[in-house]
Amino acid sequence: MIYLDHNATTPVANEVIEAMNIALRKHFGNPSSFYNIARQARSILEISRRRVAESIGAEPEELIFTSGGSESDNMALRGVAGALKQKGRHIITTSIEHHAILKTCKDLEKDGYKVSYLPVDSNCRVDPMQVEKSITSGTILISVMCANNETGVIQPLEQIGTIARNHGIVFHTDAVQAIGKIPFDVNDLRVDLVSISGHKIYGPKGVGALYIRRGTPICPTITGGSQENGMRAGTENIPAIVGFAEAASLAASTLDEHARKTAELRDFLEAEIFKRLDAVSLNGGAAERLPNTTNICFEGIDGESILLYLDLMGICASSGSACSTGSAEPSHVLMAMDIDPRTAQGSIRFSLGKDNTKQEMGATLDALAKIVPKLRAISSL
Amino acid sequence: MMKDWKDMYVQSDADMAEGPQLFYNAIVLKHFVDPKNVGEMDADEADGYALVGDPVCGDQMKLWIKVENDIITDIKFKSFGCPGAIATSSMATELARGKSIQDAAEITDDDVIEALGGIPEQKKHCSLLGINALQNAIHDYLLKKMEFEAQTDDEDDLP
Ligand SMILES: Cc1ncc(COP(=O)(O)O)c(C=O)c1O
Repeated sequence: MIYLDHNATTPVANEVIEAMNIALRKHFGNPSSFYNIARQARSILEISRRRVAESIGAEPEELIFTSGGSESDNMALRGVAGALKQKGRHIITTSIEHHAILKTCKDLEKDGYKVSYLPVDSNCRVDPMQVEKSITSGTILISVMCANNETGVIQPLEQIGTIARNHGIVFHTDAVQAIGKIPFDVNDLRVDLVSISGHKIYGPKGVGALYIRRGTPICPTITGGSQENGMRAGTENIPAIVGFAEAASLAASTLDEHARKTAELRDFLEAEIFKRLDAVSLNGGAAERLPNTTNICFEGIDGESILLYLDLMGICASSGSACSTGSAEPSHVLMAMDIDPRTAQGSIRFSLGKDNTKQEMGATLDALAKIVPKLRAISSL
Repeated sequence: MMKDWKDMYVQSDADMAEGPQLFYNAIVLKHFVDPKNVGEMDADEADGYALVGDPVCGDQMKLWIKVENDIITDIKFKSFGCPGAIATSSMATELARGKSIQDAAEITDDDVIEALGGIPEQKKHCSLLGINALQNAIHDYLLKKMEFEAQTDDEDDLP
């Protein structure tokens, strides 16, 4: 099996499994309880928090553990919207966000909030000037993802953060895809809230964090017990948090090595696809991108047909094609880039990971060199 | 009820061995990997032709039929579409080949799905594409035939 879908999820690192195994076996105590095993669970929780905080240059008190990227996104948007509803009801985001942001915004619109969904250029980039122009007296939150999950295109967060800061507006970024792939430090960015997910960085699924810069106005969305400083009720998932912390720490310490390695393989894969096949194009290719991601359009054929062939050959990738999910619309990201719907339909995302090899790239290229002409021979276009 | 988690994995491995990869069954996969009747016909060779598109997902299909004595003797298609569209087109053309025009016109998308042993619910709209193309090509053939007969009738009427 050749796994080239690391932006969807990653295999769990051995170190993470070992750390979690011990937490599962020994540290079942409830961190809110009084006795010894509970206090040890609490200590492990707080050490884990410090480890995740260190990996992004934050203070431990600024991190809230959540059930993953989706919850962190929800907490950021709903939490700030709730805390600042007296101040204003306008939110600025982009049209290429993950659905965890977009659907939450749609939901907030039903509650009377106004949301501006900023467009992107043909290379999937948001224009900071557009952000500035969209600000009104009622703007309470700006949310722009750090790197896009489908194209890997990196957004100009430094400039947007400066604009947000100058206007005194809370700034959130969904960094789920960026963390572990490119350097990310909250001290380099004027960002107030950051969503992180465990399973994109070789950690377990169902765990993540929201970084909340000290003093950021935000109210809890999951209410109940006073865990996580009253910001997120529920008995902490210690084994998952321990695994997440190990993954975050590993991601930070191996970042340069993995980025270099995946970029090399990714660039090789791209170059060879262009050499071996005609009528292919790169989506977002002119922009700065994550080192592991490539989104390629094979003209005249349907992405899901390519994916099925790849699957039959043991290669895992993903597509922005409409039909695969049964939904009517092609990828909202490729549509926002103003790519022709038929072209978008033939687009495939390969997202590489730390354990991929050059040999695997070779096998993938050989597979594509067979599949693409075969499907083009059937194609009516 | 499963005895324990080991049973769960045994069951899951067994499910996978049956082969629904990307949720298609073995017959569908066979028609996807090795579709029947792929190709084109020249305009003078074909007796009926149709070009149809699926507005739902952007799929497109072309289909040609050759008819002798009201029997579909040859049929060809080309398709820009998902695996569901390719497999259902392949099966639709197989069902139509050798049938009389009247019988072929009665083939439904349900017949195609049944012949394939079923396709996933969200893929059912794909099977309509092949059927639409077939019906449109038959319609095209009948129109041409009527025009032709009208013409020859006209000729007969000449003094
Ligand atoms: C950009 C982005 N945000 C949020 C998420 C959701 O994260 P999770 O699966 O941890 O809820 C994902 C993962 O698909 C993502 O790519």
